[in-house]
Amino acid sequence: MENLELQKTANEIRKGIVTAVHAAHAGHPGGSLSCADIMTYLYFEEMNIDPKDPKKADRDRFVLSKGHCAPALYSALAHRGYFPVAELETLRKLGSHLQGHPCMQHTPGVDMSSGSLGQGISVATGMALSAKLSNDSYRVYTLLGDGELAEGQVWEAAMFAGHKKLDNLVVIVDNNGLQIDGPITEVCDSNPIDKKFEAFNFHVITIDAHNFDEIRAAFAEARKTKGMPTAIIAKSIKGKGVSFMENSVAWHGVAPNDEQYAIAMADLEKVGEALCQK
Amino acid sequence: MSEVKKIATRVSYGNALVELGNEHDDLVVLTADLAAATKTDIFMKAHPDKHINCGIAEANMTDIAVGLAATGKVPFASSFAMFSAGRSFEQVRNSIGYPHMNVKIGATHAGISVGEDGASHQCNEDIALMRTIPGMVIINPADDVEARAAVKAAYEYVGPVYLRFGRAAVPVFNDENTYRFEMGKGIVLKEGKDVTIVATGLTVPESMEAANMLAKDGIDAEVINIHTIKPLDEDLIVRSAKKTGKVVTAEEHSIIGGLGGAVCETLSEKCPTPVYRIGMRDVFGESGSAAALIHKYELDAEGIYRQVKEFLK
Repeated sequence: MENLELQKTANEIRKGIVTAVHAAHAGHPGGSLSCADIMTYLYFEEMNIDPKDPKKADRDRFVLSKGHCAPALYSALAHRGYFPVAELETLRKLGSHLQGHPCMQHTPGVDMSSGSLGQGISVATGMALSAKLSNDSYRVYTLLGDGELAEGQVWEAAMFAGHKKLDNLVVIVDNNGLQIDGPITEVCDSNPIDKKFEAFNFHVITIDAHNFDEIRAAFAEARKTKGMPTAIIAKSIKGKGVSFMENSVAWHGVAPNDEQYAIAMADLEKVGEALCQK
Repeated sequence: MSEVKKIATRVSYGNALVELGNEHDDLVVLTADLAAATKTDIFMKAHPDKHINCGIAEANMTDIAVGLAATGKVPFASSFAMFSAGRSFEQVRNSIGYPHMNVKIGATHAGISVGEDGASHQCNEDIALMRTIPGMVIINPADDVEARAAVKAAYEYVGPVYLRFGRAAVPVFNDENTYRFEMGKGIVLKEGKDVTIVATGLTVPESMEAANMLAKDGIDAEVINIHTIKPLDEDLIVRSAKKTGKVVTAEEHSIIGGLGGAVCETLSEKCPTPVYRIGMRDVFGESGSAAALIHKYELDAEGIYRQVKEFLK
């Protein structure tokens, strides 16, 4: 997919995120919007997947370790064809298959239930180990928040993945710099993130999370990297694409009201129109 | 009495894993730097490529097992009960229990028979913790024959299973040739009419001996071996309670939330019956030999006999 198409798709995924969270009156828009471009690239370009056969054995796996950003995963899955986009509006409602945090038994395309921070990277590491044990060729991707890096289990998993030289594993850190209680530099600073992963024997690539040239190059480099797992530190803007949510801690876990929703969608429509002019 | 063979159920675990590994390619055994203690080293020697040492990181090991199960392997994640159920509780709850993953947890060194290491390593809370997780099967085998059969049954069953093993060598009282393990089904070892002793793990042979002592006093005790604590064989326990009208539970675990708790919950709903719970009475253990501790905390035949007599007064 060309970059322009990826940008258009990412913009649609952002609309789905905002729409879902607005309909639910709850959820996590900020961190969902910051990872929307990465999610777009994974589901529309990078991963070997088939929406018609969500459980095919040789598919690439994705684990959303920062499970509270489920709206981003659901919107990507819906736009990729795993289920109707209209169902995004059932997010978090009783009886919906779209639980507040990802649930693999309910939602087609979700490879692992998640939500308790720090566990997803371990599960992804287990999946990557599994492929190595049985000589399977699938790759495993997992997305973490930068606040999540405070969980000790992240580093247990990183130590193990580096030790086992799991070059079929890609750990992506959505480095938007903000967590629920404030900037990561004030709460419990996880910096320097790149040096930490290097110390755990990862190949580390730092990119702009909203630049598809850099995203594409990083995943290509990860594929070429042998003998060690790759960590992609994706410098992102929390709330990216919605003017009043950008770089705001306040929009970590709050849904927009009707008025705010209208402004947010207008922002995204404007982006979409600009992309169509290109 | 003739010499009774004694084997620790953790050794049975290691041996059963080897046999399973000989037959099944999808078996993977994990440990967190306790291969020798959990006896997965027996498996490691036979199947080095299917034995994964995760280092001292039990939370990570638990979720590595989840990743293996999610991709078609049958992992047995092995550590001490303290760490398998205690340290990793939330990993087990959220990543094994909630998605109902096909992960087997091999928890050794359960209870006070850990001995000299003391209270920090004597887990008397694991059954209670695991019982609260929807869909979790809990098996606490009593001897080598039962333990090996349980490991194989856990492999065959699709879903999460918590297997509880001991450090200390315990008598082998089941007959390999006639023993049949059925998950969720208790075994009546001795029929009686005056009192029911529901036992699990190493208290099972002790309860049998206590029943023999009680018989000399004219008390006819029924002894039931509950190897599967969840799902509990409620029908068997209710039937026996109706017959004897008095129930004693015996376990190497806290009297809160374990077998005793489970039996009380069942009986109070289905057949209210006086129950006395033998176990760790809301206290931590301490250092000492396994035999000395089992004696001190009255989990041996003598202690069970005394407590049953007291209860029946």
